[in-house]
Amino acid sequence: MNANLRPVRTAAEQSLIDMLDARLAAPPLGSARLNDLRQEARAAFADNGLPTRRVEDWHYTDLRAALRGVSPLAGDAAEPAAPSAFVEALRVTLVNGRPQTLPSDLPPGLTLLSLADAIAADHPLLELIASDGPAQYDAALALNTGFLGEGIILHVAAGAQIPQAVEIAQLFSGAEPGCIFTRILVVVEDGAALRLIERFEGPAERAYLDNAVIELRLGDGARVDHVRVQAEGEAATHLGTLATTLGRETHYDLFVLTLGAALSRLTVYGRFAGHDSHMGVRGASLLAGARHADVTLFVDHAVARCESRELFKTVLADRARGVFQGKIIVRPDAQKTDGRMMSQALLLSDDAEMDNKPELEIFADDVQCGHGATAGALDDTTLFYLMSRGLPEKEAEMLLIQAFAGEAVEFVADAEMREAITARLTAWLALRAG
Amino acid sequence: MSAVQETVAQVRAIDVDQYKYGFVTDIESEKAPKGLSEDTVRYISAKKGEPEWMLAWRLDAYRRWLGLQEPTWARVSYPQIDFQDYYYFAQPKRAPQSVDEIDPEILKTYEKLGIPLRERDALLGIEGASGSRVAVDAVFDSVSVATTFKAELAKAGVIFCSISEALREHPDLVRQYLGSVVPASDNFYATLNAAVFSDGSFVYVPKGVRCPMELSTYFRINERNTGQFERTLIIADEGAYVSYLEGCTAPQRDENQLHAAVVELVALKDAEIKYSTVQNWYPGDKDGKGGIYNFVTKRGDCRGDNSKISWTQVETGSAITWKYPSCILRGDNSRGEFYSIAISNGHQQVDSGTKMVHLGKNTSSRIISKGISAGRSNNTYRGLVSAHRKATGARNFTNCDSLLIGDTCGAHTVPYMEAKNASAVFEHEATTSKISDDQLFYCLQRGLSQEEAVALIVNGFVRDVLQQLPMEFAVEAQKLIAVSLEGSVG
Repeated sequence: MNANLRPVRTAAEQSLIDMLDARLAAPPLGSARLNDLRQEARAAFADNGLPTRRVEDWHYTDLRAALRGVSPLAGDAAEPAAPSAFVEALRVTLVNGRPQTLPSDLPPGLTLLSLADAIAADHPLLELIASDGPAQYDAALALNTGFLGEGIILHVAAGAQIPQAVEIAQLFSGAEPGCIFTRILVVVEDGAALRLIERFEGPAERAYLDNAVIELRLGDGARVDHVRVQAEGEAATHLGTLATTLGRETHYDLFVLTLGAALSRLTVYGRFAGHDSHMGVRGASLLAGARHADVTLFVDHAVARCESRELFKTVLADRARGVFQGKIIVRPDAQKTDGRMMSQALLLSDDAEMDNKPELEIFADDVQCGHGATAGALDDTTLFYLMSRGLPEKEAEMLLIQAFAGEAVEFVADAEMREAITARLTAWLALRAG
Repeated sequence: MSAVQETVAQVRAIDVDQYKYGFVTDIESEKAPKGLSEDTVRYISAKKGEPEWMLAWRLDAYRRWLGLQEPTWARVSYPQIDFQDYYYFAQPKRAPQSVDEIDPEILKTYEKLGIPLRERDALLGIEGASGSRVAVDAVFDSVSVATTFKAELAKAGVIFCSISEALREHPDLVRQYLGSVVPASDNFYATLNAAVFSDGSFVYVPKGVRCPMELSTYFRINERNTGQFERTLIIADEGAYVSYLEGCTAPQRDENQLHAAVVELVALKDAEIKYSTVQNWYPGDKDGKGGIYNFVTKRGDCRGDNSKISWTQVETGSAITWKYPSCILRGDNSRGEFYSIAISNGHQQVDSGTKMVHLGKNTSSRIISKGISAGRSNNTYRGLVSAHRKATGARNFTNCDSLLIGDTCGAHTVPYMEAKNASAVFEHEATTSKISDDQLFYCLQRGLSQEEAVALIVNGFVRDVLQQLPMEFAVEAQKLIAVSLEGSVG
């Protein structure tokens, strides 16, 4: 509420600041701009710390209370067994944020660079890092910027239509818990197209912290189909930030599947910088046990004639808690904006909880904006109907849950990706049914 | 259709930037020294001749208030309020003993406002009409000046008087319920109110009684630099029913006046309370100068099973509105309703909505909110719906629509939905749009003028809510909507 009212630093905050200081004391890494970015981020974090319930954007996820302690930065570790293929794709594996051997047979127009190499070579694309972030302070993003150094840069040249999907697998590995801060920059130039998959996985028994930021820049007329599968280990804390800036007449579709981590938070900043663009942000969260998963969206209609569609489905079992916060901002010049946002939750247990906060903030009059939110249990009559047709109760339930979540999956344009997501859904349901 | 034409006529008849109730009445008044301290609190309590426990309650609230921070989460911005720059108590010098002794200036004021205080006038006024009568409690600056129809209400056992009178005549009832819905330390403004509230209305409807007439309170801030802090307490005992309306106006002043009221409703088993508000405080001039700061805490407690509380509000005035009439659905099968029209024009800022807290079993709530923004105003709907672990079968439906007129205003929606029970069913929908060109074109080609067409469409937009108002108020509200939007149509 008030910065000078901040209580004393928690142990986690203090160790993060100490780690940042150690990082900044090391010989300068890269350009003056990058070092300034790190210093600013450190100062902002020292001032504001971890967010509490009083910070409106974190109203339902008290990160300050949740982060009891912080383990040291995760070092080099053996590459764990590669996860099974999601879809046929060109795979880049990052272990503890560090890219392993990069694929060499890249299709024309596609460039892959490790962030560390790019920093050493003072690559011109680095100028784009953190150049178009949110105006407000975001603790997860600030920490990531403070530790900036590991990750990759993916560049698609103008007009290139990359035939294969590109998969970025981000894995945690280590005998001890640790922290990862990964930064990914994806630049898709004018008229280019890319199918992108991000995956997050780690061992179930390690309580690691994964802070991952991905920045996407879409040039005029570009198209990106993006699928993000968060299947972190059971005990992990996942702090994800996704910032996309869209040029003119672009098409961007994101699908977020949330399955893992004890505590996860994904903040999506989508900004329209050019008119006549489309952005679709959809997702499904399947949560059981005592998981807490927070998805927070900011869709910023800064220019005229853009369209955005948001649809999130949350299935909650046991004592799981789901959070959806979505904000559509329509700035004064963004006339003819068309924005729709919907969040639906299915509560399978009386101990589950869903918190919905869909917001509209509108400063232009010639717009069509709507949002909706629902929460409820499975419909008894539908269940009864299916059972009366001879389906066992468990199976009927599964079918209904699948149909519920499937409504969001339908929007994934790529058939292969759609099937892969559906397979994950089915696997989750089968596991739950025992 | 006739009502729509009336709306349009009203729009035409009024010049831009005219607030009809902006007159000042010259009354000698007695004020507490400017500023806020324990002495001010003691002064107010002494003036009212309150019992010792009441003073202790006020002082406790004041001490808690000192440790509280002004809330900043609402989407409103205003310069820092200097709480020492207000008078916390003002009352007309001559204390009236009966309606006949009321200072003629005050009577004139209420006549200008169209509030009949004299019963015989009131009776004359409605002779031959449907027979519905309205009992009025008029609050002028800090004190209640008159309450009508008391004798007739007493016959039915209904107590309707100012809260100071209730403290003298029915201290046990007041002590039992005061602060039981909005505790003394509930929030910054409610705590301030608890410390310095000066008057307000008190209603008690006994078991099984259906209140024979509409009850009404009219609030007016007259004095310069005065804060008005009224406190309303309404209790509907088992099986009782009461419909209550409040209206408010203030003179045009350059500086901002403060209004921080608290309303507490208690509905026991099978009781029903219907609370309607037409809020038309001075909104400030066309440049955003002056106007009332309206920081109000309103909460109803459906304490008994099968009880029902319904809030209806038409918000057109105030420079800043910060108001969330809420329902605590504690009793099983209890029901809460919230119908709202919030209109902002000029430089007004509205942050209003409701809270529906489902605690009992099979509770249901319904929220219909219509926001209309014009000029350079900002209009925010902020509402909370929550179902607790034990609130099985909770049901909520929320619909909030916003209409933007012009491209310099803002319309915002911030709903919070917290479901902690699988059997709770929550539905929320919100839309924002401008008056569609198709609709306008259709009306125009049928021969309506632009202004008539806009009035027709706006009236259609808010119809769901207008229908919930008592008939006497519905007509007034419809006129008010037109007046509030004047200058913005066409």
